[in-house]
Amino acid sequence: MKIQRCKGMRDLSPADMKVFRYVQGVYRDSFIKWGYREVMTPTIEYLHLFTSAGTLTPGMLGKVYSFLDWDGWSGERIVLRPEGTIPVARMYSDKMHGLARLYYTANVFRFEQNENDNREVWQCGAEIIGAGSAIADAELIVLSLDILKNLGINTEIRLSHAGLINALLTKLGLSQEEHHKTYDKILDGDTGALADISKQSPELGDTLLPLLNLKGQSTAFLKNQQALLCHNIPDIKKPLDDFIKTLAVLDELGVKYQINIASGAGFEYYTGVIFQLYANKQKIGGGGRYDALIKSMGGGDTPASGFALYLDRLMKMVKMRDSTPEEKIILVKVSSADAVKEAFKAADALRQAGFIAEIDLDGQKPELVLEVKSGTPAFVFTINGKSQQAKTIADVIKVLEG
Amino acid sequence: MAIKIALPKGRLLRKTAAMLQRAEWGLDDYQSSTSYYRPKSSKFPEALIRVFNEKDIPIQIAMGNYDLGICGEDWIEELLVKYPSSGVIKIKDLLYGGGALYVAAASTAPNLRQNGSAVRIASEYPNLAESYALKNHLSRFSVFPVWGAAEAYPPENAELALLSADHASELKASGMQMVKKMLDYGTYLIANRQSWENKNLEKIVTTIFEAIPEISKSPGEKKDIEPTPVKSSPAVAIDKNTVRLALPDGHQQQQTVDLLNKAGIKIEGYPGQDGNRRPVIALDGITVKVIRPQDMPLQVANGNFDLAITGRDWLADHLAQFPSSPVKEILNLKLRKVRLVAVVHQDLPVEDTSGLSKLLSRRELPFRVASEYVNIADKYARENHLGHYRVIPTWGATEAFLPEDADMLIENTETGRTITRHSLKIIDTLFESTACLIGSTTEAGETKKERVDDLVNKLRVAVEA
Repeated sequence: MKIQRCKGMRDLSPADMKVFRYVQGVYRDSFIKWGYREVMTPTIEYLHLFTSAGTLTPGMLGKVYSFLDWDGWSGERIVLRPEGTIPVARMYSDKMHGLARLYYTANVFRFEQNENDNREVWQCGAEIIGAGSAIADAELIVLSLDILKNLGINTEIRLSHAGLINALLTKLGLSQEEHHKTYDKILDGDTGALADISKQSPELGDTLLPLLNLKGQSTAFLKNQQALLCHNIPDIKKPLDDFIKTLAVLDELGVKYQINIASGAGFEYYTGVIFQLYANKQKIGGGGRYDALIKSMGGGDTPASGFALYLDRLMKMVKMRDSTPEEKIILVKVSSADAVKEAFKAADALRQAGFIAEIDLDGQKPELVLEVKSGTPAFVFTINGKSQQAKTIADVIKVLEG
Repeated sequence: MAIKIALPKGRLLRKTAAMLQRAEWGLDDYQSSTSYYRPKSSKFPEALIRVFNEKDIPIQIAMGNYDLGICGEDWIEELLVKYPSSGVIKIKDLLYGGGALYVAAASTAPNLRQNGSAVRIASEYPNLAESYALKNHLSRFSVFPVWGAAEAYPPENAELALLSADHASELKASGMQMVKKMLDYGTYLIANRQSWENKNLEKIVTTIFEAIPEISKSPGEKKDIEPTPVKSSPAVAIDKNTVRLALPDGHQQQQTVDLLNKAGIKIEGYPGQDGNRRPVIALDGITVKVIRPQDMPLQVANGNFDLAITGRDWLADHLAQFPSSPVKEILNLKLRKVRLVAVVHQDLPVEDTSGLSKLLSRRELPFRVASEYVNIADKYARENHLGHYRVIPTWGATEAFLPEDADMLIENTETGRTITRHSLKIIDTLFESTACLIGSTTEAGETKKERVDDLVNKLRVAVEA
């Protein structure tokens, strides 16, 4: 009987892993240079970490792998983590304080209906916990762009603001349930939801529809609309000011972006700026501000923001730079049973000298072969068919280093 | 290929039989809840018809074991809410045998959006209960999947129950109030998606369509009272010295009454014909609730009850799922002696478990183990290296699953006669089960401990007499 791979799961081959590690090397480089420290959280968490009001949308929760543990008689479920930020926030509220710049690499699990879609995907993410400024938001956006640029990926940024969406919904005077539902719809990516509802409110339609239909860079437009919006919706002043502040920093830094208020992100925990990263019309990452999350976990009133990049999508887009030529492999042949020890020693010496040394197991014929004998000469060295002898491994290394 | 049809027993049997009579199926035996599970139709002699517990039908259709089935929409939704991509499609509302699913609380309802302590939901529909909790942003919740009597749980043992009723006013009778109506359900003809796309089911389906009554049910009939706004209130306080005892309904009830009589313990309102689940016992500091024996170990583990009378089979099933559970047997009541056995069809050339694993090593298809004891069956399959196996949960009448719809059963049997009558054979005995008194290893206070000991002693004397 052939044992099959589990539906929606996937293996990463040596070739895949090479790309994976390359991408990882690029983003680790950036994170470290920007002062971020690496963390790792467990694969399994309690479900209630993700169900607390204001964390994930029901659409997202419907895809969570949840089950009862061997000691789960209370009925409380555990999950394979569906995203990376909430566990990091939990970790912070558990043992950290002050300003923390953290980054992580994590596999996250979501049940996609189509079994050809990956149900386990990899992300890298960064969080700034303990800073609430527009500069912090801008840092994350610029950092994500820095990584993507280093990977050679052209990126488009779409910006929205959770506080702004909420203020608009509040103005629409929906019931608490409707408000939540619409907000969740917007976050789950139903971009038409806000437009549909605002059509029912003619008073708002004039103000909202142009805002919803914004395309392209339009801070100027937003500033122009500010007076009108604030007149119609006084509550919108605070989130709008906040949004414009971040936009101003981005303008100052020369970062290009699009405003798209009604675009979604799937996470209910966002409170401020939401940004989404696109390349070739595909979403490759996103992030935002989540000032209420740490507090909801009992960790004190701590502002925070962060982003995640979708490694699986990046791996498909990245063209690896072949700056380092393929490492040459030296095949160490054991010519007789009593030369085993010498062969292992020779291979070790080669590795110490920085080469890749493989003990020959299947008689393959690469370019470089080092035959280790028990008699004299101890070493016969063959490069592309041409042989030469050597007495010591030091002599061999000398030849290799040429 | 023969068309396979799954028909319900129980609640829907009479009306389904009447409908199929109008459809002139000429079924020879589908009038009563006898143990005959394979009726024949004179109109469709080729069709393979099987009678199932209603709950099993959507699962059987989804697995592709049957092409068509008839069952309540509540059980279809219970499957689809968790497995939306499963191969079940709803063909037609048959316009009989409906009801509604309600989320209900006791008259003192809890605050559901609170952060902190978990909201407990008791339900025969655990998937729908979980979906309700997620959709309503319950920050922390736990679902008690129960075999029945969900209405008995609030307020002490659960904040909410998700249950089926004909009308919201029915909830009042059990001291409950509606929080939300989740679903108005009817009875549906359902089909397996692949069968519906590939097989010719037209003739059979047409006879059913023609037999559906013309009158549609008017939604106006079912006017529900407005949901009561849920107010915050402190958790129900129970005196910590009160011993909470769970007694079984169903088969075990009469024997339990006899045992209590023998122990000289008077009890009133048990068995309660009027659906009363809170009989009164003539012992100081002890309260009684009547729930399903299957659900008791979990309830004792959660500290909802201190003592319960259930079976060793259900205790073993609980411990197979939760090995570190604090539930233990306190007293063997030596009642209702049954054996738990592994059963296969007589034609399977296997006499014991080692023969079975040999047979399975050459088998391509997954080995299907059907059982009411899902966790015992799973553990048994694991420990006996049954390789690529699947456990099919059932709700009774498991014998009828062999040989078409399962390859092995884990069943209880008193005499083995039912097993022989269905052309089955026993290849292994797992253990012997009797009724037992269970409790928790969690430490109790002095007064409570004395009360527990007193009751245990009374029962011990009765058992040994």
